[in-house]
Amino acid sequence: MAKLLIDNITSSCSLSDYKSYGGYTALEKALKLKPEEIVAEVQKSGLRGRGGAGFPTGMKWSFIAKPEGVPRHLVCNADESEPGTFKDRYLMQHKPHILVEGMIISSYALGANTSYIYIRGEMMFQFHILQNAIDEAYAAGLLGKNILNSGFNLDLHVHCGGGAYICGEETALIESLEGKRGNPRIKPPFPAVKGVWDRPTVVNNVETIAAVVPIINMGGEAYAKIGVGKSTGTKLISASGHINKPGVYEIELGVPVEEFIYSENYCGGIKGGRKLKAVVAGGSSVPILPAELILKTAKGEPRLMTYESLSEGGFATGTMLGSGGFIVMDESTSIVKNLFNFSRFYHHESCGQCSPCREGTMWMEKILRKFLEGRGTSADIDLLWDVQGKIEGKTICPLGDAAAWPVASAIRHFRAEFEEYVKNPQNIKDVRHYYRLNNLQEL
Amino acid sequence: MANKKIEFSPEALELVHRIIKRYPEGKQKSAILPILHIAQAEFDGWLSAPVMDYVASILKILPIEVYEVATFYSMFNLKPVGKCLIEVCRTGPCWLMGAEDVVKYIEKKLNIKEGETTKDGMFTLKTVECLAACGSAPMMQVGETYHENLTLEKVDSILQDYKSKGELVTHWDKKHIATNYTNLHE
Repeated sequence: MAKLLIDNITSSCSLSDYKSYGGYTALEKALKLKPEEIVAEVQKSGLRGRGGAGFPTGMKWSFIAKPEGVPRHLVCNADESEPGTFKDRYLMQHKPHILVEGMIISSYALGANTSYIYIRGEMMFQFHILQNAIDEAYAAGLLGKNILNSGFNLDLHVHCGGGAYICGEETALIESLEGKRGNPRIKPPFPAVKGVWDRPTVVNNVETIAAVVPIINMGGEAYAKIGVGKSTGTKLISASGHINKPGVYEIELGVPVEEFIYSENYCGGIKGGRKLKAVVAGGSSVPILPAELILKTAKGEPRLMTYESLSEGGFATGTMLGSGGFIVMDESTSIVKNLFNFSRFYHHESCGQCSPCREGTMWMEKILRKFLEGRGTSADIDLLWDVQGKIEGKTICPLGDAAAWPVASAIRHFRAEFEEYVKNPQNIKDVRHYYRLNNLQEL
Repeated sequence: MANKKIEFSPEALELVHRIIKRYPEGKQKSAILPILHIAQAEFDGWLSAPVMDYVASILKILPIEVYEVATFYSMFNLKPVGKCLIEVCRTGPCWLMGAEDVVKYIEKKLNIKEGETTKDGMFTLKTVECLAACGSAPMMQVGETYHENLTLEKVDSILQDYKSKGELVTHWDKKHIATNYTNLHE
């Protein structure tokens, strides 16, 4: 099992430690190549964006406009906020230099001389870790002017956000980096043409940029041999919920979902030996699947941890790999309660620009609250279905879709549970739903 | 607060000017989010209108440009808060793992409701959306520190610790202003 990103995790995240196990050798190698050769290696690797969308990274890089005399920028999206996802925080905290090294190589490939890491404001602890790593890199001549005598100059800055899920959307992130509210922009123009300060910009996720380091070290072709089909390389999976061993796991894409949930190498099975009820496989935005559909596709084939296998069957019976935020729910979970929680999240985080999302997320939360209070009706289930359908695809950015999909999938796969609460409203009040911390009756 | 002159400490002001230089000339507005964090650390943990006006004057932008940003992002407090702002994650995985219990327990222990501040001005309780620590749920954030894998006993001792220190805790920790960076490149 190859670990390319989170191998050699030690208690220290210093430059000397990172160098002691081969850190910055990819940079030395990269600076001897031409920028377009690096882009070609990344294209060969088949690397796809690790933030959630899964767009081929090499192709994204090839789109960057190169007008004469206009600076270009690389911005790292470290605004990790998708519920269920915590891999980037882990990586930055324990191996900040792999991100710094990836940023230098990627900036060189794109011809950017000033780059930024946009980290969410809540991760202030990791912000300062990154700042220390950057300071170390400057002192060692790995940043600044004429890096390792290559003639390439790069200034790298870490920038903190202020608390807004929407800033993980790349054009909202750009607005935020410009010092504005995080309202997504209408595309086109795409950031590759007009990004931050109207300059050509590439925005990549933390894990994507870190993956450039092993790709340069081992070569794009060797990287592409890991994984299955178009799902190449390794992926960080954030595992949470009712499992014995929550945490960040680096998997070779292609591990069967069943193995991932039950193997001692990964999640270690369901807590307390209870039964699996459902999984949200790629962060809160992707469709929830019941146990039978997450373990096997509708065709009865084992479901694998790949972009393709998880989406097999479309939204009718499949889901998405997304950001790799793998949330496991046991048989005690109330899908309706959990959905209320997600819908409240999207309502809270909608930027308010587009009416379908601003109003729709509010209504979905309201209707779900009715169920929670035992006032839900059959008509409310249909209304909920109707509202989500009027958000999806009708907004500037994908937050609208992200808010609609969990609702649609919960009704699609768990309609009976909604109906049960309509018939027996008391049940939802009694449902324990979550893991109790203590048996404190007075709470 | 009323008669206190609103001005960054010399260390903070130096830091602010170094941060501004990280962005292209004429694009100094980009520095607004880090500077608002530093402002909260310098001015009692929240942003009053005069503090926001002061930030506007440093960035050479209109006060409204600061207000519209400060009101958009959830980390900026537009009303006074306790010295210690407790932010309990309430989203998905934390909820599955008992975040509701944590909130109820703190409410009971501090005798306040979510969103309120204790009478002695020590604690404010807030629930927040996913803080990207789902693998160690339930969790809460105080300043830059994540307190993870919470149990009710753990919550007790954490609150006791903050109370006995009695200091203002902010996201941009004061120690990162006082010591400054060895090498904050501009």
